[in-house]
Amino acid sequence: MSDEVTSREELLKTIDYVPAQQDLYKPNLEFRPGTWNYPANPKKMEHLELPYPREWSPPDLDWKLPENWKEIILKGMEERLNRYRSLRVYLDICVRCGACADKCHFYLGSGDPKNMPVARTELMRSVYRRYFTVGGKLLGGAAGGRELTEDVLKEWFYYYYQCTECRRCSVFCPYGIDTCEITMMGRELLNLVGLNINWIVEPLSNCFRTGNHLGIQPHAFADTIEFAVEDVEDVTGIKVDAPMNRKGAEILFVVPSADYFAEPHWYTFLGYLMLFHELGLDYTLSTYASEGGNFGLFHSAEMMKRLNNKIYAEAERLGVKWILGGECGHMWRVIHQYMDTINGPADFLEVPKSPITGTVFENAKATKMTHIAEFTADLIKNNKLKLDPSRNDQWKITYHDSCNPARAMGLLEEPRYIINNVANNFYEMPENTIREKTFCCGSGSGLGTDENLEMRLRGGLPRGNAVKYVKDRYGVNILTCMCAIDKATLPAVCDYWAGDVAVGGIHELVGNALIMKDEQKPRTVDVRGDPLPSVEGSEEGDE
Amino acid sequence: MSTLFGVILPYAAIAIFILGILYKVVKWGRSAVPFRIPTTCAQAETLPWIKRKPHEKLDNPSNNLAMVGRMLLEVLIFRSLWRNTRAEIKADKQKLIYSGSKFLWLFGLLFHWSLLVILIRHCRLFFEPVPWILDVVENIDGMFEIVIPTLYLTDIIILLAVTYLFFRRVVFSQMRYISLLADYFALLLIGGVAVTGVCLRIFFHTDVEAVKELAMSVLRFSPEVPEQSISWLFYLHLAMVCTLLAYFPFSKLMHAAGIFFSPTRNMANTNRVKRHVNPWDYPVKVHPYHEYEEEFHDKMEQAGLPLEKE
Repeated sequence: MSDEVTSREELLKTIDYVPAQQDLYKPNLEFRPGTWNYPANPKKMEHLELPYPREWSPPDLDWKLPENWKEIILKGMEERLNRYRSLRVYLDICVRCGACADKCHFYLGSGDPKNMPVARTELMRSVYRRYFTVGGKLLGGAAGGRELTEDVLKEWFYYYYQCTECRRCSVFCPYGIDTCEITMMGRELLNLVGLNINWIVEPLSNCFRTGNHLGIQPHAFADTIEFAVEDVEDVTGIKVDAPMNRKGAEILFVVPSADYFAEPHWYTFLGYLMLFHELGLDYTLSTYASEGGNFGLFHSAEMMKRLNNKIYAEAERLGVKWILGGECGHMWRVIHQYMDTINGPADFLEVPKSPITGTVFENAKATKMTHIAEFTADLIKNNKLKLDPSRNDQWKITYHDSCNPARAMGLLEEPRYIINNVANNFYEMPENTIREKTFCCGSGSGLGTDENLEMRLRGGLPRGNAVKYVKDRYGVNILTCMCAIDKATLPAVCDYWAGDVAVGGIHELVGNALIMKDEQKPRTVDVRGDPLPSVEGSEEGDE
Repeated sequence: MSTLFGVILPYAAIAIFILGILYKVVKWGRSAVPFRIPTTCAQAETLPWIKRKPHEKLDNPSNNLAMVGRMLLEVLIFRSLWRNTRAEIKADKQKLIYSGSKFLWLFGLLFHWSLLVILIRHCRLFFEPVPWILDVVENIDGMFEIVIPTLYLTDIIILLAVTYLFFRRVVFSQMRYISLLADYFALLLIGGVAVTGVCLRIFFHTDVEAVKELAMSVLRFSPEVPEQSISWLFYLHLAMVCTLLAYFPFSKLMHAAGIFFSPTRNMANTNRVKRHVNPWDYPVKVHPYHEYEEEFHDKMEQAGLPLEKE
């Protein structure tokens, strides 16, 4: 399947919500191609000084574990049980009511019963019972305990890299049990014995060295920004300024690196540059803090802190007043829920204040970092932007709430407000698939690799299914979203499940609609370089 | 024999119950909360002109008062379970659809509320004179006198609810897959308590006065087994209650206390407003700017980027 993708019809037929296997505690060791990610490159692990770097592969019988691996894992568990109340409480209190079961996109797309969040957690909970509870120590299996064996560990690897830490299950759980917490701990434990995936470790290593996941060095960063400036000029005829590493700027602007390197992120990046030019914003990009995203979140709390450190450090070095962040998904989980705790307090910064509207962003009082959607929504509300929504008439738009801004922030209205002001045709997907109930793209948390394509498409089923619904019903032809991973991986999901629906960002639409003072000629193309509908129409009329 | 079942067992069970809960709660309490990780289930409080409906203010609490409101909704009416849906694939239409599924919510709620009312009703065994509020509860609960003596509403409801909760584990294949011995055990035990309790009221009367005498003497720490005989069925009922009490702290039944410790629910979404401190935070190895500039100095210079060291 990794080479040749089964048809959508065939794949759907393979999904059965009646569990084929009946024993929750029998480890599943089927490492079928297309359902797992390649292990980390040992050199990249060495660069980060991670333990037990080695060559190994999941289908191998021998994973070359360190001799005392069991001791390491159990000690690691004990440590984490004391460090994370979430872990201890969530391992203790689940009643297995099953409310979470069919809320997980991986379960919905695979029918594998161990992808029910309750079962995924039970993989660790059974070990917890056996080694850390009285009942499990005395009664073992009768009390739901399970020996920690190599097979169990292998199963952890399989399923803790089949969870995108999207937290949808935690919305539905009557106790708020968050499988993301369990998966995070599972991955931290696996890391202790050198089990990790390359799609996470390589970006970490790159980011540690060059400041961004893609490993773009400063001169190349400058080049790519130059390309963006040229692209903006092609669309608008205006040569915008995109300052880098500039001391004394008012605002440090940090985006996920995909924004200046990948499509369709690129168009959103052009939108930022156009907006900032129009506002005359006193800002700077940084080559050193050139990554808003943080794959450390998918690795360990420690690694998250090691990478995130650059943002405040750079803000201090450059002497900016506050930080503005680009659209993104997990980047905002880190900034909203972790940054101040891990690398704050940012006493050297001021509470973010829009230099255009004077609005003080009280909701970012401590962290001092504002989301671009909050910033732009405020501009529009205060009538600071001239907009021509008809320049987005080529699009029938729907909006995908990215997991983290939705369930770890509550950033739901701002993006909708912006879209409704910069475009005319906006259609919501069904209620059970948006806002806090939004479905993950299936590739989040470092799982967006080619070798994992089958699992990604399976995980993308609920989202793809909802996109197809609005496509069939309203003729939707673009799915907008904030998360950089969404932008990178949803094109494949949309293509597979819905067919012919583009993926874009919010500020791409802002860029299209923005009427700029310095523009000499009427706009003829959108930021993608495609002719605008009004232009197409008039050309036809001329003929 | 009656001393064993009427005095020793209850004392032991209550001691295990209290100490066990304390043990667990202290364990949870000592475990750190390094990060503020509420699950936000509605629009956050951001810009003042973005208005939020009352339920949104609770689903994404921006202060501790709203957080308490959220917890109350969760504990009293099972807010999150109310969201439950059921997913199924319509193979012919190539579609995944979600339909509302409120049975778990309904029977869960009925079960827990009946249990609470029954507990309150039983308090009369420990008070002399009986507080008026207990009479009120009892009168409301017994408002439909279906059979004589009064068959309480909650008795019927809890039996129905336990039956549903048990059968969903047996009948639905997904539920069967995730159900453990402990899940069946808890339901059977509570079902057993309820069945024996109902039998004691309707079919096999026991001397309630004698039971009350025993209960109050146990409560006064001067246990006396009354001379009137108390039926074996009562001792069976009591033994099951004792088992439940002793089992409680070491089982999933601790969800009753655990929900109050759940960080995704008991923290307000004040993340960017107030600093949260991680008690075990430690310094980590970072890659400072000067090392970065050192490595890329020449390339940065050629690209015309500003430098700290020329």
